[in-house]
Amino acid sequence: MAGALVAPLLLFLAVNFLLPIALMLFRSVDDPDVRAIMPQTTAALAMWDGRDLPPATVATLMIGELDAARGGADLSRAANRLNYDINGFRSLLLKTARNLPAPGDGDALQALVAVDPRWGQTKTWAAIKRAAGPLTGFFLLGALDLKQSASGDIQSVGAERAIFVKVLGRTLWIGFWVTVLCLALGYPVAYLLATASSRIANLLMILVLLPFWTSLLVRTTAWVVLLQKDGPVNGLLHGIGLIDEPLRLIFNRVGVYVAITHVLLPFMILPLYSVMKGIGPTTMRAAVSLGAHPFLAFARVYLPQTVPGITAGTLLVFISALGYYVTPALIGGADDQMLSTFIAFYTNETTNWGMAGALGGILLVITALLYAVYGRLAGRAGPGWA
Amino acid sequence: MPRSVPRATQDIPTEPAAVAERATPFVEFLDVCKSYDGDTLAVAHVDLRIAKGEFVTFLGPSGSGKTTSLMMLAGFEAPTDGDIRLAGRSVRHTPPHQRNIGMVFQNYALFPHMTVAQNIGFPLSVRGVKREEIARRVERALALVRLDGLGHRRPSELSGGQQQRVAVARAVVFDPDLVLMDEPLGALDKQLREQLQLEIKHIHANLGVTIVYVTHDQSEALTLSDRIAVFKDGAIQQIGSAVEIYERPATSFVAQFIGESNRLDGAVEARDGDRCVVRVDGALTVRAVPVAVGDVGSRTTLSIRPEHVVIDPTDGHWDNVVPARLENLIYHGDHARAQFRLAGGHAFTVKISNPRHAGAFAVGVDVRLAWRATDCRALDPLAPSTTPSS
Repeated sequence: MAGALVAPLLLFLAVNFLLPIALMLFRSVDDPDVRAIMPQTTAALAMWDGRDLPPATVATLMIGELDAARGGADLSRAANRLNYDINGFRSLLLKTARNLPAPGDGDALQALVAVDPRWGQTKTWAAIKRAAGPLTGFFLLGALDLKQSASGDIQSVGAERAIFVKVLGRTLWIGFWVTVLCLALGYPVAYLLATASSRIANLLMILVLLPFWTSLLVRTTAWVVLLQKDGPVNGLLHGIGLIDEPLRLIFNRVGVYVAITHVLLPFMILPLYSVMKGIGPTTMRAAVSLGAHPFLAFARVYLPQTVPGITAGTLLVFISALGYYVTPALIGGADDQMLSTFIAFYTNETTNWGMAGALGGILLVITALLYAVYGRLAGRAGPGWA
Repeated sequence: MPRSVPRATQDIPTEPAAVAERATPFVEFLDVCKSYDGDTLAVAHVDLRIAKGEFVTFLGPSGSGKTTSLMMLAGFEAPTDGDIRLAGRSVRHTPPHQRNIGMVFQNYALFPHMTVAQNIGFPLSVRGVKREEIARRVERALALVRLDGLGHRRPSELSGGQQQRVAVARAVVFDPDLVLMDEPLGALDKQLREQLQLEIKHIHANLGVTIVYVTHDQSEALTLSDRIAVFKDGAIQQIGSAVEIYERPATSFVAQFIGESNRLDGAVEARDGDRCVVRVDGALTVRAVPVAVGDVGSRTTLSIRPEHVVIDPTDGHWDNVVPARLENLIYHGDHARAQFRLAGGHAFTVKISNPRHAGAFAVGVDVRLAWRATDCRALDPLAPSTTPSS
């Protein structure tokens, strides 16, 4: 009976949540495109040690398979996939397919080099070997600025192509500071909400929830208006004589912090509030009556009791902040883009599902790790806490 | 009717505590007033002296100002007017954490994130007492409240009674001059409450600490206190020992609030020294002790305790003998309660301390009820009661 009641929700979650996640994660290792048109070539390349150029037999196989695939959509897809690895590979493959040397015309490899000298480089062949599929670590490694060399070693992609580790670090850094700001701003508000008279508390609660109900896009663009060079914030600071030149508050990190903190503040305030609401005012009174200075009573009696709220709030805010992309996209500069911006880029602009899936997978793993840590912390606190 | 209570002369305090109060007042309320809105007084002109080592209870209904008075003593509220002194010094400018007062709250107010031992050790640790010394004194305090071996538990793992014992231990472990208890047993069931009352009394006797106790439960107040201050509408109605409060209530409110009391409304017909004659509404004349009445003709409310009334007396002289009809008889085990209707039409309850004798009475039987004038106190007139008195 109970199972039947929750079945619609479970089904909904399975179809709209779990299945897409599983598919996206699979995309990060799924690599079928090159194998689809060159099954024999890739199989032969698997035996190649990657030091010298592959034997001519491999070239013969590839010429035959390219000939068979010429003009089909599969060829274009495989060319795109190889282009992710080496820029220009798409045109190389399509050009080669158009100008295929006749089979049995002497050394097939030399014939290919004659079509394009790049066939004489090992890295060209290594790219095909890496894309052999059906499952590869290419996208996951790429998401960590790593690649597999022709001989199979894992190495850095090099400083000029490395980007994702830096972006990931930036994402965590922004998430960390947003969480700190939310906690610093939200804790006193939550305390006020939990202790004020119900009339004031209700009013405050509306003020907290009102932005919560407003569209994220509206709130973000509102900050654009407020923070711009001639906006009200600069106007006010200039008006009271604090600054002479308008501050640069937008299209940089300051704007990103301000906007994300504003958007995520309710996620900090609400769990804190619910925990604080359950703490009677008498424990503080008891601590003071027993001889603790109010500051000491706060630190030793009140603060520890709010730890479940702090943990829940920081976790919610941090994890939500990691996934932000609209706000940095609208308010941040080029150096303020977060990992999600790149996931969106690969999904919407280049339809590189493998890369989008790999970056998403890394974010998911970090989130899951954080949640596991939270579970340990909350579990260790024991009864009477959460 | 045999009675063990000493029959003292009117309203002269004879208890040793009352004498001690004048000698060395430890806690002094000097004409203390408290108003939250600047208009109505939550506490009105409370004047009170408590001797060192005394157990004083503030008793009253909710909203009578007893808790506000306690909070002012603790330092969580400031008097609007008047002064509070501790050991002769005004505490007007002493914040609560420097008053050296232990406090026990109704909802225990234990710290849920600390163990029992950490809870009890808290007042010592904030005073910078050394770790070994804390452990030693916590052990002693745990033994005092008979919770030995439970120091490592969390408060949530204890029963309500055990939690309140921890709260009591925490309030006395640092040897405070004064312990305040704000309805500490209010959340417990009757049996546990009575058991803890005895333990608190025991702790008071053992430690010799001064205790101010707030409750709305009159039997709790009678059991525990050296003296009871009865609060109503922010003011103290009467302060005295349990015996004084119960046997010689000074106002109708005290008579009605403490224990059970038969009430007869009437007007003073004659007055002569320590006796007066009151004509009760409905053609009935009663001799009483004038306590809080005006001249002849003024309204008064008489108070007679149900256990001071005798049914069909066979011997002795009785100041008041009134015909009555039995309407109901309720058996309570150790006593029985007979409800009569007096000749004047008033409902009247009599407590029969030996219920086996009660079997002689049948509902509807006509009897004579008798009581002494000294057990019948003419007090300030209450507003006309809602119960019908024809």
